Amino acid sequence: MGGLRDLYQEVILEHSKVPRNYREIAGADHKAEGFNPLCGDRFTVYLHLDGETIRDISFQGSGCAISKASASMMTQTLKGKTRDEAEKLFGKFHDLVTGQGHPSESEMGKLAVFSGVSEFPARVKCATLAWHTLQAALEGQQDAVSTE
Amino acid sequence: MAVAKFPDFAQPEVHDYNVERVRADFPILHQKVHGHPLVYLDNAATTQKPRQVIDAITHYYEHDNANIHRGVHTLSQRATDEYEHARRTAQEFLGAEDCREIIFVRSTTEAINLVAQTYGRQNLKPGDEVLITAMEHHSDIVPWQMICEEKQAKLRVAPINEAGELILEDFERLLTSKTKLVAIAHLSNALGTVNPVRRIVEMAHAKNIPVMVDGAQAVARLPVNVRELDCDFYAFSGHKIYGPTGIGVLYGKLALLEAMPPYQGGGDMISSVAFERTVYNKVPHKFEAGTPDISGPIGLKAALDYVTRLGIENIERHENELLEYATKRVSALPGIRLIGTAKNKAGVLSFVMEGVHPHDIGTILDQEGIAIRTGHHCAQPVMERYGIPATARASFGLYNTREEIDALVSGIKKVQEVFG
Repeated sequence: MGGLRDLYQEVILEHSKVPRNYREIAGADHKAEGFNPLCGDRFTVYLHLDGETIRDISFQGSGCAISKASASMMTQTLKGKTRDEAEKLFGKFHDLVTGQGHPSESEMGKLAVFSGVSEFPARVKCATLAWHTLQAALEGQQDAVSTE
Repeated sequence: MAVAKFPDFAQPEVHDYNVERVRADFPILHQKVHGHPLVYLDNAATTQKPRQVIDAITHYYEHDNANIHRGVHTLSQRATDEYEHARRTAQEFLGAEDCREIIFVRSTTEAINLVAQTYGRQNLKPGDEVLITAMEHHSDIVPWQMICEEKQAKLRVAPINEAGELILEDFERLLTSKTKLVAIAHLSNALGTVNPVRRIVEMAHAKNIPVMVDGAQAVARLPVNVRELDCDFYAFSGHKIYGPTGIGVLYGKLALLEAMPPYQGGGDMISSVAFERTVYNKVPHKFEAGTPDISGPIGLKAALDYVTRLGIENIERHENELLEYATKRVSALPGIRLIGTAKNKAGVLSFVMEGVHPHDIGTILDQEGIAIRTGHHCAQPVMERYGIPATARASFGLYNTREEIDALVSGIKKVQEVFG
């Protein structure tokens, strides 16, 4: 059960059951849809920016425990951060879940619980779907992003 | 004339269905995954290959490899003989009248595209309709959408009920003078429903509408006889019946095939070529342009021989027992909902679990060595019909055992433990 417990940490299970910021932002100034065609996960990420700062961020959609918890914790982490900080954090998060480089716990904060994903390559897409969607929202992409 | 010598690979001895003896023929099954014996329950995606199939392909490349239908030399003759022998085996397997009715293609998908792009292109006019069902695989939707769009024809969809059965009254009502073709799955990959193909063909033929059957999931699980079904086209893939990937079969009634234009141009599909005019070859070669996958039909022949030797009725009985046992045990678990509960079902157990996404079920089962499919099974409209994003699907093959179903049940309990 070692690997499984690393993947499905309590915090992750809890966020998947009670996701935070799970709502639409009426009149969001940035918004994008992300889609994982292999498993059917689909999320919309909403943003309200104040200059370069993320004032509000939320998401809605359906997906597995990993993708939902990742979206939930991403929104928690990014509120109040700048676009630049968000982009950099995505890079580090990507390194964490793919097992490339080893960002420190202080860099990752609560997101460090996703380190177990690196043992499950098939689930990397689940963990990064919300982040890819965020990136598309920030870049103002019109089409839904896909993990494929 | 060279006398073709067809290698006679040892076939299993069958008296009573002995699943342990059958398993011994499949080298891949004897391994551990994450420290547990592999439990392979993803047979609707692809099946494993018996030693007989692997040996036939190896033998071909070690002894007989040459291009077909062209050379006068010995190897070319042998390769051609084996390739054409495989065609006759496929003909007998499907109960077709004439071996010219068997066209080798890459897969069921290619077979459907072939019919859409030849028969469809020739016969569809603006305002015409193609009728499919709500349980089709993407490969029996998209090729029709494409040709309908091109020809300004309309794709109509016959609905299914909550159990996942085609509603025959609605289907019959949708057969009109505009309908130019019906395309239907014999066995639904997402739901396990077995469609009453004979009945459907009768309804369509009463209005002179031809019927194409997607047999990808059916051929390995049910006896199929295209003359009894009286369908006009029937397609299946080798890899879903214990043969190699990259080879499939399209059966078509001879008169229809002869009237259809070629699918692709190239070598082998011609009788003579001049810059002014090319004369096409006769069927089936008209539809087999270029050097084909030659080892594919040879491997497929070995697979069809294997299944025939075991007896498709024996396989059907064995898998029905497994499905019945699995249905009973899995549906007794708390929080489980079965998707697809048709009276006539085969081979496939699709389910969802309250509060747990199928993808998470798949990962946890994999840690127990159990391979199942999770996702939309290339049937997004089916998922939509049930208001779910995905299902977990266990699908059975001729080598699965009751003990493997027990392992699946223990695995599902573990999922429930993890998710508390």
